[in-house]
Amino acid sequence: MADVVVGKDKCGEQRLVSLPLSRIRVIMKSSPEVSSINQEALVLTAKATELFVQYLATYSYRHGSGKEKKALTYSDLSNTAEESETFQFLADILPKKILASKYLKMLKEKRGEEENNKDDSEDDEAES
Amino acid sequence: MAERPEDLNLPNAVITRIIKEALLDGVNSSKEAQSAISRAASVFVLYATSCANNFVMKGKCKTLNASDVLSTMEEMEFQRFVTPLKEALEAYRREQKGKKEASEQKKKDKDKKTDSEEQDKSRDEDEGRLEEEEQNEEEEVDN
Repeated sequence: MADVVVGKDKCGEQRLVSLPLSRIRVIMKSSPEVSSINQEALVLTAKATELFVQYLATYSYRHGSGKEKKALTYSDLSNTAEESETFQFLADILPKKILASKYLKMLKEKRGEEENNKDDSEDDEAES
Repeated sequence: MAERPEDLNLPNAVITRIIKEALLDGVNSSKEAQSAISRAASVFVLYATSCANNFVMKGKCKTLNASDVLSTMEEMEFQRFVTPLKEALEAYRREQKGKKEASEQKKKDKDKKTDSEEQDKSRDEDEGRLEEEEQNEEEEVDN
């Protein structure tokens, strides 16, 4: 029922908010603890999300290296998630990208360390 | 409630437009960046909802309302959003008030119309009866 109201009012709300209220509502309702959402809260959440998108885009661009190329890139965003406290909640979904070769190298080094530790502990046991 | 994964996404076209308008002219954003921002926006809604719910639990009313959302933005360290959100709320309330008044006026007009239509109808019926009576009188005279 509320969706029907949202659908009807959508034309009016387009001026205030561009994101579809019905979709915002679906996302909000997927949160298990939420029982009911007031229409004003829905409108404000949609508006806040738009402000967030603007903020994330401009912040990342200003602080990122894409600035030289006059383009906003993924790495600008993942840098923001890692370095800014405000955007830290995004760190898991905006992980830093790493070259496969680098990753394999890291794995090798880690494995090497583990083996060294193992050898040391064996030596200790032998001594005692 | 089972949602398909795509239901939790926001429309790419709208997200892209918001990004474009936020960045200065001549600045592009890669498709990957747009997609990432879209995902981030969905996560933002989830996080904000969860946070807002803490404020809802504190009150007696179980409905998530406007002030819960405003408190949440402060809590999440997005104080910069509070003023524009308050302005948006004012505008929304004015709009709703205007719509309500417009529909009430419409209803009033409709009722007025119905009343006057009924008056016309009864007047016509009276005239019809009068004519019949006149005819009857003439017939009697002829007889």
